[in-house]
Order: sequence, then structure tokens, then C-alpha cells
Amino acid sequence: MSSQLAIHEVSKAFGGVQAVTRVSLEVRQGEILSVIGPNGAGKTTLLNMISGFYHPDSGRIMLEAADITHVRPNHVAELGVARTFQNIALFRGMTVLDNLMLGRHVRMKSGVLASFVYWGLAQKEEVAHRRRVEDIIDFLKIQDLRRLPTGSLAYGLQKRVELGRALALEPKILLLDEPMGGCNHEEKEDMARFVLDVNQEWGATIILIEHDMGVVMDISDRVAVLDMGQKIAEGTPDDVRANPQVIKAYLGDTKAATNGGRRG
Amino acid sequence: MEADVADLTTLPRLLLRNARDLAERPAIREKDRGIWQTWTWLQYHDQVRDFALGLASLGLRRGDRLSVIGDNRPRLYAAQLAVQCLGGVSVAVYQDSIAKELAYVWNHAEVSVIVAEDQEQVDKVVGLRPELSALRVVIYDDPRGMTGYRHDWLKSYQDVQEAGRKFGAEHPGYFEAEIDKGRADDVAIVCYTSGTTGHPKGAMITHANAIGVAEIFCRAEHVVPEDTCLAYLPMAWAGDAVYTLFASLVAGFCTNCPESPETVQRDLRELGPTTVLAPPRIWENMLTGIQVRAADATPLKRHTFNYFRSVAERAEILRSDGKPVPTGLRLATALGEFFVYGPVRDQLGLRQAKWALTGGAPLGPDTFRFFRSIGVNLKQVYGSTETSGLVSLQPDTEANPTSAGRPVPGVEVKIADRGEVLVRGCSVFKGYLKNEDATREVLDAEGWFHTGDAGFIDPRGHLVIIDRAKDVGALADGTPFAPQFIENKLKFSPFIREAVAFGNERPFVAAMVAIDLGTVGNWAERRGLPYTSYTDLSQKAEVRELVAGEIRKCNQTLPEATKIRRFLLLTKDLEADDAEMTRTRKVRRRFVAEKYAAVIDAFYGGGNEVELATTITYEDGRQASIQSRARIEDVEGMPAHV
Repeated sequence: MSSQLAIHEVSKAFGGVQAVTRVSLEVRQGEILSVIGPNGAGKTTLLNMISGFYHPDSGRIMLEAADITHVRPNHVAELGVARTFQNIALFRGMTVLDNLMLGRHVRMKSGVLASFVYWGLAQKEEVAHRRRVEDIIDFLKIQDLRRLPTGSLAYGLQKRVELGRALALEPKILLLDEPMGGCNHEEKEDMARFVLDVNQEWGATIILIEHDMGVVMDISDRVAVLDMGQKIAEGTPDDVRANPQVIKAYLGDTKAATNGGRRG
Repeated sequence: MEADVADLTTLPRLLLRNARDLAERPAIREKDRGIWQTWTWLQYHDQVRDFALGLASLGLRRGDRLSVIGDNRPRLYAAQLAVQCLGGVSVAVYQDSIAKELAYVWNHAEVSVIVAEDQEQVDKVVGLRPELSALRVVIYDDPRGMTGYRHDWLKSYQDVQEAGRKFGAEHPGYFEAEIDKGRADDVAIVCYTSGTTGHPKGAMITHANAIGVAEIFCRAEHVVPEDTCLAYLPMAWAGDAVYTLFASLVAGFCTNCPESPETVQRDLRELGPTTVLAPPRIWENMLTGIQVRAADATPLKRHTFNYFRSVAERAEILRSDGKPVPTGLRLATALGEFFVYGPVRDQLGLRQAKWALTGGAPLGPDTFRFFRSIGVNLKQVYGSTETSGLVSLQPDTEANPTSAGRPVPGVEVKIADRGEVLVRGCSVFKGYLKNEDATREVLDAEGWFHTGDAGFIDPRGHLVIIDRAKDVGALADGTPFAPQFIENKLKFSPFIREAVAFGNERPFVAAMVAIDLGTVGNWAERRGLPYTSYTDLSQKAEVRELVAGEIRKCNQTLPEATKIRRFLLLTKDLEADDAEMTRTRKVRRRFVAEKYAAVIDAFYGGGNEVELATTITYEDGRQASIQSRARIEDVEGMPAHV
């Protein structure tokens, strides 16, 4: 399989803290790749570099044929990389529908004036976008929430809406930062189902950061393990589970435990 | 459509008639992607035909049984009609049933085709596949999540219809010829009665039953093609089959399927159907919802609402007693209509309702009066699965909370010696599937169906139902005791969700009560009473006091001997998944008595505390055990022991 996203020896430091050190990773088209590791291992920093929120100090990130190492986040999004955030980042006062329509923003072509007049092409475009959004609403089974402000929703549902907004971008690659964090058992099961469906039905490649090992081992095609900013293992869930270094990072390493403040 | 549609003796023939006479009128709608999508009768007919021919191409034979599982969807209704076109039988099952129940019904009915709504339902079938020996094909409606499934017995709805179109081209006239072979006496649907004892039984309802009942009903309630209804009650319930599937075919009106179970309330409001059928629970929830919102509103709005509510109630009481309403009160109600009643009806989606029916269980008189007072033509209907859902109905001018209405034309009712209600007529079913013993027990040689309900005919000619006949017993001193009668009185309290009364051959009446988490939780929040869970809330002293008050109120309406002397608050609600209730929420009395034997012993042994070890069953069949203690309370002012 060809690699859709190639991360080559990227490093990132914040002041004196070396968050990510020379990490390389190949992401294959259509797979679910989980990135795991103890708190502060650099997982979110890695995701932030892919989505363009941070730019690596060294190394290169290639999306298909394009070098996106220093591309701005909005352009990365236009190239088909969407993400959700560890701490929900929705517009709390806006309805679910508006939040999802906003996710379509980078795909909208009409200018301010045309949208204001709302006639002809602009109207047609809005209807087409609404159709996509309704597909997502149907897909995520949130028909009953359309008109509710997202701030009023339960945490698990906000997570679902956030996934919806990422999907509204029609991503080729979906970056999910702890989509099940803080969810109860049932919400986790639902979310795992959605992630699998997005992958299978919509064909999106998924890079998943998740702490729930049960979920990770169940749904991932491959797993990469980071510890203290370095990649210590990569392979199928079974390989990773049996890897002594991974076991050490999770259970036996006192340094990781004392060093464990959460970075980015 | 060459088939003879002159004699409309089967449901498929009605479909042909509607496709011809009402071709462009809406037949069934579904809200999808936020928009109501309509099938006209002609489109509905085509959908049914293609699916039926698809089934034929899969080898479905006359008499074969097809089961549907899922929420109300046009395609699932179409599938039921399709199998009937081929002379088969449709068996709808409750979509929230646990695996064991599903396996029993599908095996008992020897279902060969299952039409499942989506992946969730398909998964249930896949899990049970090895046990289902008669099953040949599973067809799914919603393809979402199904790409990874590779079974040659699993097909999509579209594929079956595609195969049907091909089959139709190769066998012209096949569809019409099959419909032509259908007879009025053929079984149309098998409805599994929830059965408060033992296994569910499959009631066979024929085309003659279906059409007979629907015609009587449509005539009595003046149902016309312009009417609309929302189909949101479980398809496995006989009531849904009668009032949406059968009646819409007979009258030609449009059935509407909600977007999802969660959006029912909003869809109801958007649609404003002209006819509404709902069990008591829904009416109670609506009223509770209004009350909660009124309590949270600004003082001006709250006072306006309360004032006009009391006005409406006074007027309604006068009206129902047949007394004239004074001019001042009439003026006030007219104002109330403008400011309160109309807007409230609009919010609830009842503004255009010509009539609204409640059935399945008694509805509290307060709730009943509220809806009538704000201008909803709410009426009671009585029926059971075995009587195709219709025995008696209240005429518009004789609606009241106590009776079950007048027996409808074409249906005879008589009261047997022990007070049991017997029914004869076109609505009485053909018998239980593969269970002649059970059929003989309830269907006598003269064609009377023994309902098992105890009741009487009141002076106006209305049927009044008291309880299940077999549950009516007597206290130790010989006083007659009807547990359900007492339980219903308890359940009229908004704080009590379920209740089970004991007293047969006992010195006094005692009751187990399950609180309503919503209303009691709300009550607790308002008083700043913290709680963590149902179990915790149910064992709070304040909550016990609250319920004791409700029981005292209820006791005032009961004869001295059958007053409730002791009660206990259950630490979990009674659940169908735990086999304590049927899917239609009727208490399985014998099972509950066995399961809670310790409680009963304590009631009559004078104990004050019981150890409850309850096993709860999740929808996927997993079980968990909860240990808890519950206190038994004596109702104040009552001797604990006689």
C-alpha cells in the first residue's frame, strides 16, 4: 500500500522541552492508525504538526505529493485533513446545524456579497452544502439535536457534533484527538462504531489518539507508540501489545511516571 | 392493475384500489435528511410490487412468514404488504426485544425472511442465525455500516427490489395473479401477545379481521383520505397495525413516519396530524412536560397558565355533567382559547387533531380531564390483540375517564358469570398460531372470545373494565380484591411509575412502588435534595414520605378493607428486559411474586427492612446483580396488622 501521509524525522521543542524527537511515521491510505503513549509523550504535538497548528523545527511532512511541513492550518484543511480537538472546540452558542455548516466553510465558493444577496449560485451552493450536512446528521444520528445550541448538549454528544464538523470538511484524512476521552461506556461504543463507519463507508484514513486501550486494540489496523517524544514501537495491535518496550513505558518506567505532565 | 379490485377482501386488493383511485395522493411519508419525503399511493404500490416480486424471486411461497424489525419506516410497512401480496404472513417484532425473546418468536413462527431496519437489528439476527432453522434470507433497509458483512443470505432492500423488477419482466402478471389468489380468511399478520404468563402467543389476524375492524373504525370516527397520522408506536403492537397499516389502506389517508424515535415530539408538532393515538404513558408525559415548563416560566406566564387551566377545568366538569356553562365562564374560556389552550395544543402538535385516542391501559382522570378541557377531543378505546385492537370506543359526546366506551357496531359484548368480558364479531381473531389448546381456552364454540378482563356494562351502555379476571381475588376475610384497580389508582400519581399490589388471601393490601425518576428527581432538585441514582433516590426518607402522602390520597378513594396498609419503594424500576413486565408494560404478576417473595414475606411477616438482590438484564442480554436494602413503610393512621 502506498503511504498517503509521510512524516519524516520531525522534531519540535517548546523552549527547553523537547516534545517530539525525530519521529517518522508512514500513514497508509484507508487505514486506522492509532497513536498511543503515556501522558506527555508528544501525541497531540504530533497531530498539531500534521494539521499545521505547529510547524516542526526539523523534518518533513508530505501529504501525498505535497510538502505540508510549513503550510498554514486552513490550507491543510483545504487539502483534506480535518481534525477534532481533545478539549471540545465548538461554538457553544451556535446550533448543531450552524456548527456543521461552518465545517463546510472551506468548501464554499460564494463571496460575501453573493452570499448576502442569496440568489442563484449562492443559494444553490447553500442547498448543496446543507444536503451534505444532513447526510452527516443522519450518519451520526443527531436528528433531534439540529436546532439546539451545542453548549446545552451532554459531553458525549458534543464530541459527536465535533466529529460531525470534521466530517463536514469531507476529509481524506481525519485526525481524532481523544474522541472518547471523558465519555461513558455507551458513548465510547457509539463513537467507536462511528469511527469504523467513517473509515469503511466514507473511505477516510484515520489517525486516532486514544487512551482507552480496549478501543485502540479493537479498531486499529496499526498502532504507533510514542514515549517521551520518541517513537518506541509500531505495528499491528498484537505486535504492540507484546512489545516489551511498550509494556515498560506503560507500566514499569518510573521516569515516565514522574515526568508525566501533559504537554500540548 | 388488471386484477379484480371490485371485491376488496384483502389488504393487497385495497392497495391496488388506492393506487388506481388515489394514485397521486400521498400514501406514506418519512422524514429523512430533515425533509418530509412522500410516496404517493402509486409509488407505494410500485415499491410493494417490486419488493414482493423480489421475494418471489427468492423463493417465497404462499403461507411463508416474513418478520420485520425496526422503527416505523415506509419500507418496513411496504415489506409487510409485499409478503401479503404473495399470500404470506407478516410478523412484526418489538425492536427493543432481547435476543432470547426474538429467537422464540422467530422460531415459533418459522420465519423464513427477516427485514431489518439497520445494522443494529441485523446484528441481532446474525447473533441468532445458528438457532433459526427456518430462516433463509435477511434483508436490510439502511445500508450504513453493512459493507463489511459478507453473507450470501444477507441482501439489501434495493437488491431485492432490483431482482423483483427483473423477475417481473420475466413473469408478467405474476404479481396480480398472486393477489388474486388471496382470500379474506387468509392470515394477514401474526401479532405476538406479550403474555403476562409463559411464552408469547401468536395471534393470527386475518384480512377479514383487518378490513372489518378498519372499516368500522373509519366509519365511527369519520376518517377520510385527507386525514394524517404519525406512525410512531411499535409496529409489533396490534394497535399500530390497525390504526396505521389497515386504516390507512381502507380510508386512503397518509401515514407519516418520524425521523427518529427521539424526534417524535417535534415531528408531531411539525405535522399536526388530524388523528392521534397514544397510550396513557404518552399523555402523562405530555402533561408532565407542560407542568414542568409552566413552573419554569416567568411569573406572569405561570399565573396566566394556571388561571386559564382552572377556568377550563371548571367548564369541563360542568360540560361532562351535562350542566350549562355560565356566560362569564364561557367568555373566560374563549379568552383562554386565544391565550393558552390554542398555543398549548399547537406546541403539542394537537392543534389539528379531530380526535385523539388513548388505550391499552387506563388513563388518570386528572390527565384525561386536562386534555379535554384544553380542547383536545380525547377518548378511550378498548381492544386487545385477539380482538384486532377494537372492541369499544367512546363517542365524541360521551367521553369520560372511567369507561371503555360503547361496543362498536359489528362487535357484540356480553358479560359472563364471573364478570369476564366476552366478545364476538368481525374483530375476533382466527386463533393462536400453532397453539390449539390456548385457542380453545379463549375461543368457545359459539365464537365468543374470552378476553380475560373482568368488567361490566354501565347504565349508559358503556363497557367498564376493572381488572384481569384471573387476578381478581379476595382478601383473607373475603373482601373482593382487584390488584390492577388499585395499581392504576396509584399510577395516576405523577410520582409513581409502576406499582404492584398484593392482597389475595392475605389480611390486608400491601404494595411495591417504583418511583418515576423524572418527576421525583425534579421534585428532589427543587428542594435541594441531592441524590446519585435511582436506588439512592428511592430510599430517601423524604421520598418515602412523599409517596406515603400519595398513597394516603389514593386510600381516600378506596373502600376501608382494601386500603393500602404497607408499601415499599423498589430500588429499581420494573423492566421488560428483566421479564418483570411485558413489552406493553403490563406486570407479569406471578413472576414478580416469585422474584420478590422476600418482600411479600416481610409485608405480612411484620419485617421492616428487606434485602433486595435484583438481577438486571441489559438489552444485549448481559446481566448484572444489584444488592440493596429497602425499608417497608406503614401508612400513617393505619393499623399495620389487622
